[in-house]
Amino acid sequence: MEQLFMASATIIIGVFGCVAYFFLSNMALDALYPPRGPNAGANISRATAIRPWLFLLPAILLLCVYLVYPFFVSVWLSFHDSSGNRFVGAANYTWLLGDEKFRESMKNNMLWLLVVPAASTFFGLLAAALTDRIRWGNLAKALIFMPMAISFIGASVIWKFIYDYRGEGQREIGLLNAMVESFGGSAQTWLTIPFWNNFFLMIVLIWIQTGFAMVILSAALRGIPEETVEAAILDGASPLQIFFKIKVPQIWGTIAVVWTTITITVLKVFDIVLAMTNGQWGTQVLANLMFDWMFRGNDTGRASAIALVIMLLVTPIMIWNIRNARAEMR
Amino acid sequence: MDNIAGTKSSLVWTVNLAVIALVVLWTIPTFGLLVSSFRDRDQISASGWWNAAVSSEANEIARAGDADTQLQEGDLWVIAGTVLPEGKGEVSRFGTSSRDPTAYAAGETADLGEGVSLTVATDGSYRLTSTTAFEGRSPRIFFTATTPPRLTTENYARVLGAEGLGRAFLNTMTVTIPATVIPILIAAFAAYALAWMEFPGRALLIAGIVGLLVVPLQLALIPLLKLHNQLGIGKEYIGIWLAHSGFGLPLAVYLLRNYMVGLPREIIESARVDGATDFQIFLKIILPLSFPALASFAIFQFLWVWNDLLVATVFLGNNQDQLVMTGVLRELLGSRGGEWEILATSAFVSIFVPLVVFFAMQKYLVRGLLAGSVK
Repeated sequence: MEQLFMASATIIIGVFGCVAYFFLSNMALDALYPPRGPNAGANISRATAIRPWLFLLPAILLLCVYLVYPFFVSVWLSFHDSSGNRFVGAANYTWLLGDEKFRESMKNNMLWLLVVPAASTFFGLLAAALTDRIRWGNLAKALIFMPMAISFIGASVIWKFIYDYRGEGQREIGLLNAMVESFGGSAQTWLTIPFWNNFFLMIVLIWIQTGFAMVILSAALRGIPEETVEAAILDGASPLQIFFKIKVPQIWGTIAVVWTTITITVLKVFDIVLAMTNGQWGTQVLANLMFDWMFRGNDTGRASAIALVIMLLVTPIMIWNIRNARAEMR
Repeated sequence: MDNIAGTKSSLVWTVNLAVIALVVLWTIPTFGLLVSSFRDRDQISASGWWNAAVSSEANEIARAGDADTQLQEGDLWVIAGTVLPEGKGEVSRFGTSSRDPTAYAAGETADLGEGVSLTVATDGSYRLTSTTAFEGRSPRIFFTATTPPRLTTENYARVLGAEGLGRAFLNTMTVTIPATVIPILIAAFAAYALAWMEFPGRALLIAGIVGLLVVPLQLALIPLLKLHNQLGIGKEYIGIWLAHSGFGLPLAVYLLRNYMVGLPREIIESARVDGATDFQIFLKIILPLSFPALASFAIFQFLWVWNDLLVATVFLGNNQDQLVMTGVLRELLGSRGGEWEILATSAFVSIFVPLVVFFAMQKYLVRGLLAGSVK
């Protein structure tokens, strides 16, 4: 309980501190350059030049300390040894190239990057197109969207239960094995089957991300001008033709946004792998490999090098996003 | 026209069925977990959760009481007792050897030879009789018991108390609330400056924020942990509050700026003409009007911080005072891999609050998603 008091106190101090900072700094600025008197004109223009920075200062400070500064330190660390004291040149990177686990992680990450965004976008589009046509569509949407609220680790528990394997002679309580047995197959330890176990992990993320894709794509589908659809109907197009030839081409931009957003999530996800296999049986991915080297390997050099590889993979999307944002501001 | 109407109704059917299939696929995993969290521990491992509402039948083995519990009744030696010590369920069949464990129906008498016979009643009580005194090990009794479905909240009591999830719940709250509130105000001021104030470098700053949106957290962890350790807040709540605030800030500024830019220019201009300062405009006009965007971000940040495992693992300790629920779940997955009553219940406790927030505030969440991505 004591903690919660501390937390509430922090909120109060934080909020009041923020308000006080903004209020006092603005007052100080007005006192320094009063918008009246002999130099009113010059004072006002000086104050207007400074004021935005008063508004921005706390945000810029936090962003610099928590996101920009770490980037440079990570680069520096990646050229140093495990404790960050001795310069080792590119040794961490050459180690990466030869490391078996790193190669496995890269291969798996590529697999994730191909499958998860594609499958999530596909199911999202399917769900969006279908739920927009029925009366209980909103309820259906809410239910498909629900996994978004569940933590990756919670989702891992949920799915591990589905893949559960009891062993021969015992009754299977995992849904998947029970279904396989009822169709006459034999129960499997799904998470240890080489190569295919990657897909069983991906299903968890697809399950979570489909709702996100659905919500965005459904809004885009509704934004399509009705005239185009009506014209197609008059020309005798079938519902499938209308969907694939008229609607989908008009929302390519949104599909690209959904795809890239899920791509970023895929690159950063580690909880699922950590919880379900911890990278064993050929399921390692970069984010979990990095976590492994940080906590169990205690090697800041190698961990930083892996983090920078993730950053490198994100960079094209980052540039693309910035370009889009700038084009839009013009 | 009949033809078109006909295809339409069959299409409506297909669409409805397809959506039902999707919804079932997407909800069944969570539903199974919910059901399991209310099931009796023995029943979870005896049958799948989809059998939760029907009686479960299991083949079991018990050993009759020791020879020294025998009583003499007339010229018979008797060992009596029950094969269902917890008194729940019914015995349907029993047997005396592993080769035929269901040889006799409950209530019948089995002859074991040498004057020994066994009766097992439906309620589980057995009676082993012999014409001579029993010696050595008693025979095993094979039986098929049907236990009625049993739903309980015991798992929740156990998980919240003994497994430490109650404490972890408090810890998660402690992390989440300040980490949600602090960035909002900071971001709101910055967003206002980026949306409505003219200054050199504004476009560059906005581009920078868009860039920072996708920076992987992994990059920030080691340097920040070092920094926090130097500052002496390495394993303190204040450290994780600051970290979550920093990580959430790009999205907050981006969302709020996009929203504020869309507010009608006339309102702001006329307030300026009336002599209002930027500070007053912000507090009295922009902030109240931006409520939907503030709510969207608050939900995002709340869900993200509540569900986070990575940042909590790095910036908080592993002790009882600081372990959050995702951390407990992770530990349970390691130490209690097969005990599904514990895992299912813990997972459900941890996802309960986000689910409530999700269903209550879905409108704002969707709005925020749309503002954050379709741009």
